[in-house]
Amino acid sequence: MTAALRFRDLTLGYDRHPAVHHLDGVVEQGSLLAVCGPNGGGKSTLLKGIVGALPPLGGAVERVTCAANQIAYLPQAADIDRSFPVNVFDMVAMGHFRRAGWFGGLSRADREKTYEAIAAVGLTGFEDRAIGTLSGGQMQRVLFARLLLQDAPIILLDEPFNAIDQRTTTELLDLVKRWRDEGRTVIAVLHDLDLVRRTFPQTLLLARETIAWGETSDVLRAENLLAARRMVEAFDREAHECARVA
Amino acid sequence: MIHDLLIAPFTEFEFMRRALVGASAIALAGAPLGVFLLLRRMSLTGDAMAHAILPGAALGYLVAGLSLPAMTIGGLAAGLSVALLAGLVARVTALREDASLAGFYLISLALGVTIVSLRGSSVDLLHVLFGNVLALDDGGLLLIAGVASMTILALALFYRALALETLDPGFVASVSKAGGYTQALFMGLIVLNLVAGFHALGTLLAVGLMILPAASARLWTADITRMTGIAVAVGLVSSWVGLVVSYHENLPPGPVIILVAGVFHVASMLFGRAGGWLRRLPGKVHLEA
Repeated sequence: MTAALRFRDLTLGYDRHPAVHHLDGVVEQGSLLAVCGPNGGGKSTLLKGIVGALPPLGGAVERVTCAANQIAYLPQAADIDRSFPVNVFDMVAMGHFRRAGWFGGLSRADREKTYEAIAAVGLTGFEDRAIGTLSGGQMQRVLFARLLLQDAPIILLDEPFNAIDQRTTTELLDLVKRWRDEGRTVIAVLHDLDLVRRTFPQTLLLARETIAWGETSDVLRAENLLAARRMVEAFDREAHECARVA
Repeated sequence: MIHDLLIAPFTEFEFMRRALVGASAIALAGAPLGVFLLLRRMSLTGDAMAHAILPGAALGYLVAGLSLPAMTIGGLAAGLSVALLAGLVARVTALREDASLAGFYLISLALGVTIVSLRGSSVDLLHVLFGNVLALDDGGLLLIAGVASMTILALALFYRALALETLDPGFVASVSKAGGYTQALFMGLIVLNLVAGFHALGTLLAVGLMILPAASARLWTADITRMTGIAVAVGLVSSWVGLVVSYHENLPPGPVIILVAGVFHVASMLFGRAGGWLRRLPGKVHLEA
């Protein structure tokens, strides 16, 4: 197996306070990795660090297979202006950005692919609808269609199924499995442990520090979950400088 | 009759023709900028920037009197530095961009009025604050037309960048590093157009031909292309009608142009098909699905 991402003593955080502390490990190419843990455990922060939106406080993220801007990233609360006058087709077509860039046009094939992506998330017929008129689940489908077009080797999903109904979740999960079958690496922050057990072979249990990382059935054991829960969401104003140096 | 009312002022007097050309050019470039100001929720930023160019123009005035190049260069320098400083302060301190911009433009405005009063009469101050569209010389017209042409070209070229960055800045940041420059480019265009506009309409009203047409257009359509078209039309008609009214009623042209745009705006708020008040009245029969 080849590595897609390598974390070397990675510390990420805000204002010098670590949210992810001294993370070491390798994400294999083509793996399906769930990131679980309590709120404030650093899950979203880790994804921001992987796409390079947050520079590390220490250590490094090594992106082995691709550059940071080739990683597709679906943030938890995407700061999308839903009142912006844009329709579903154009929103999905943004996924062509890496080929079209700031100035290029869409070829006939690109347009064809856009329709296919919209069909793949079950939104055929919605092409001309303004994004402001979509429900939460439909909007999530639109964002997944855009991810499809991005054709990225690494895909990061931050709580993609929050407040999404069962049927939509199932259909979007099928896309995730399709990505895995295509050899893409998918890392998803998830809270639904049953869903993780059913679908994700690998899990990283993160509570600022790594609690466990490996086969999902090993990681999501009672003692690990308890340990993760015990990790107090401490933000110590008087925290000392960290003495652990690699 | 109609000819006398609407056309004759322009065929008879050159200064009216110049005024029409100048105001039209300002409206042509200002309206699409206004559409993006509106969509980026920066309507008041345009206003703040209009105040911010004042001390620069005033310094130019202090050095060289009512001179076009001096006041233009001064205004540009002041506007761009306030825009840059506001962005910088937002990045390195805890203040958000709106707060830091508010801080700078207030200082800027006070400074500007003080500088003008150091030398000039209140007539000069009125000129700087409200412009004089009836006194546009060749240089002024060329500046306005040049800036308008450049703005329209730049908007055409960077349309996607502006639209994407407004719609989903997070996505843009994840696929490109260039997104951050969009705001700088946009602010640059705003400052450029305000400075070009202030010779005709003054610093305070130049922003009117950006915001009022755009805000009116938003109430008629939710489609960005149509919105831009309507905004440009509102701006052009306001300029023309405003000049005609000011000519016949002997009123100052700048404020009247803006007032006509204001009439469009109020009418749009009442009757607009996409979010106007009348459309939102209860009592209509609801649809089946």
